[in-house]
Amino acid sequence: MSMSQSESRAAERNRDLSLLVAVSLAVLGAALTWLYFIALSAGAAPRLADLAYERLPGTGVSNPVTAVLLNYRAYDTLMELAVLLAALLGIWSLGPAAPGFQRSGAVLAGMVSWVVPLLIVTGGYLLWVGGYAPGGAFQAGALLGAAGVIVRLAGDPRAGLPGEGAQRWLLVLGVLVFTLVGLGLMAFGAGFLTYPPKFAKWLILLIEMAATVAIGVALAAAYVGGRPPGPEAQPTAEDEDALTAAETPTPDPTPALRPQP
Amino acid sequence: MLTAQFLYGAAGLMLFVLGLWSFLVHEPLLRKIIALNITGAGVFHVFIAIAYRGDTAPPDPVPHALVLTGIVVAVSATALALMLGARLQDAEEEDQSR
Amino acid sequence: MTDPLVLCIALPLLGAMLVTALPRWAVTLGIVAALSTASAAVALTATVWQHGTLHLMLGGWDAELAIALRADGIATALVLMANLVGLGISVYATGYFHDRIRVRSFWPLWLLLWAALNGLFLAGDLFNLYVMLELLGIAAAALGALTGNRDAVAANLRYLLVGLLGSISYLLGVALLYTAYGTLDLGLLAQGVAASPELYGVNAAAMTLMVAGLALKAALFPLHFWLPPAHANAPAPVSAALSALVVKAAFYLILRLWLDLFWPITDMAVAMLPAMLGAVAVIWGSWRALRAERLKLLAAYSTVAQIGYLFLFLPLLAATPPGPARDDLLAALLLMALTHGFAKAGFFLAAGLVQTNAGHDRIDDLGGTAQRLPATTFAIALSGSALIGLPPSGSFIGKWLLMQGAIATGQWWWVIVVTAGTLLASAYIFRVLSRAFGLEPTPLKFVTDARAEVPALTLALVSVALLGLASGPLWTLLGLGDAGGGA
Repeated sequence: MSMSQSESRAAERNRDLSLLVAVSLAVLGAALTWLYFIALSAGAAPRLADLAYERLPGTGVSNPVTAVLLNYRAYDTLMELAVLLAALLGIWSLGPAAPGFQRSGAVLAGMVSWVVPLLIVTGGYLLWVGGYAPGGAFQAGALLGAAGVIVRLAGDPRAGLPGEGAQRWLLVLGVLVFTLVGLGLMAFGAGFLTYPPKFAKWLILLIEMAATVAIGVALAAAYVGGRPPGPEAQPTAEDEDALTAAETPTPDPTPALRPQP
Repeated sequence: MLTAQFLYGAAGLMLFVLGLWSFLVHEPLLRKIIALNITGAGVFHVFIAIAYRGDTAPPDPVPHALVLTGIVVAVSATALALMLGARLQDAEEEDQSR
Repeated sequence: MTDPLVLCIALPLLGAMLVTALPRWAVTLGIVAALSTASAAVALTATVWQHGTLHLMLGGWDAELAIALRADGIATALVLMANLVGLGISVYATGYFHDRIRVRSFWPLWLLLWAALNGLFLAGDLFNLYVMLELLGIAAAALGALTGNRDAVAANLRYLLVGLLGSISYLLGVALLYTAYGTLDLGLLAQGVAASPELYGVNAAAMTLMVAGLALKAALFPLHFWLPPAHANAPAPVSAALSALVVKAAFYLILRLWLDLFWPITDMAVAMLPAMLGAVAVIWGSWRALRAERLKLLAAYSTVAQIGYLFLFLPLLAATPPGPARDDLLAALLLMALTHGFAKAGFFLAAGLVQTNAGHDRIDDLGGTAQRLPATTFAIALSGSALIGLPPSGSFIGKWLLMQGAIATGQWWWVIVVTAGTLLASAYIFRVLSRAFGLEPTPLKFVTDARAEVPALTLALVSVALLGLASGPLWTLLGLGDAGGGA
């Protein structure tokens, strides 16, 4: 009985605490909204918009968002590709991939064989129009990643990706090409990631193509959720972490958490 | 124009606060991760709101690009957090089954 | 002239790509990348030394549109420290990781972390800093979980989530500033903030959001709860990087915002809160370090305390008018940060060696360590004396100037905090050493494992001898900022 009493008291304390959090956050929200209003009316508009449009002719692209992403603030985009890669390498360091899903039936397989090529073609299209209309490397990469997800859901444990060796090259392609272009420009005296207007369009397209592949592969590989299966990454007793090898008395080939439909 | 910016941005701030609340009071990992994504989405809303320049002028491309970058970063972080969580759950289930 | 600025970031990034793509050559390529990055950092220091603050607009666009990189005295000193410590950690790591999978996981993530650190120290753009913070946080959490055991995974999952929360809070502050001033460039924003006292509320809100988010990442009391388990459960080279460098990067960013961007609103009253929290961190962190049962946990709590000292400088800087006295304080602050960087890295590397050698790191059972691992014990003693602040270490001068500043500005109570923290630090360091020096025969040879012990010993030596006895150049480096400051 004393147990339930202390439990109910703890629950009460929790309720009080979450009420306190809610009230203080409501105050925070109100204050932020008020200050946001003041900031909006501070007269900073049009902010960077006019300048960004004014400089657009020299960027090599006519879509202003692509101009920001791959020219004005290309360095941010480079680092963001590095963030995606870091997350994937972190996922790989946690262990090998779980086995895939059951092979799809005839209907799903038929649909997949239609949808996946369509996604890839659409991705290519988005990449190309990104120069002058909404689109670009991220949208295209996201479609490629989605194609990988569908392929894995349809039963391919590798999500349609190549073996580990090739996968590693594809993953680093984005940052590698980006950095090498930047350093190359620096070597020719233009400055890091400072494109000469004459070549800007083609350099941006080159970087975007590499980035699309890297993003697509990284997203699909993240969905696979571990080091790719294959002779290279076959876990040995020595490689396996203490977490799974040392603490499991009997080898269990299928971790309980994984989807096994 | 200012009204539209304000309403949309204020909604973003509301999302930020709601996400923060959910992150602080809910225990399950999945809820915390979703809460963080909502918090992030709130901040992205603010950026999108200030990019708007009325129906006649094209929007400010800089905040749009920042949000695109932010989304990729958020996806990456979410993926890693989910995998760490799955790894932890595996370990706990193994502990219990022993 | 600005080439080293770019190379400090591009080289580790390039190295990370090659290490990822060619995992068989991970160690060789990793060491090459580490050496070339450290050389770029040395070149950067030399260039800043000769020419003063460096400034680069990437892409050659207008200051508003482009992302700026810049290296002033403070940034350069921290880059140099981080890269020398990074080199030491890299050499140590070649001997620490043996199994194939872990070697292949460590090097790319470590080089990405390194690129993020340099990028963060050298960034001059608020949104770019957000991307760097995220890269740093993700790489750090992934590295921390590398041991794969349950405690490490749990601690680093928490670290990742807390870090994400901190970055989002920071980003909302950036959004407010962009709304009010229409730029992301640090220099231009600083002019805007200084020229708009009527926007006090907006500035204060942005500062609170950003500094609170970063304080979470810098583990300022009471936001330090995630640090001890995350740092204590990581592999030793990773612990060294996390404690010596990653936490310091978050503090550096707070300092940057505090001094460069928000100086019109960071007066005495505002500076009191972080300083009080810092004071509690000094006492609480040192006390928990004293009570810790494991060597790495002791080192982690000691980091909480050492970060606390850095926050004590904020009200002193606010109360001291510009001039030689303020320069002294700034140099002392930097000296303490640098000394802690070297000393804590050396301490963690040595602790890792003790752990692999003895199979555990329980402090009470460390008897005879001095006989088995004399060089390692010596490294622990040296870095320990720097953590306490014994002369001639750099932190001795730092603490001395801190106390001098406290008395000069009439804030005598910080002297009590520093004294109490120092006494507690002596207690926890001597507790380790008294266990390690058991009454056993004299050691056979001083160095048992050169590849692992030399980096630890070198870092510890730098923290004690070099920074203490030859700290003069630091003042020169800081003074250089006036030559080319501004956008």
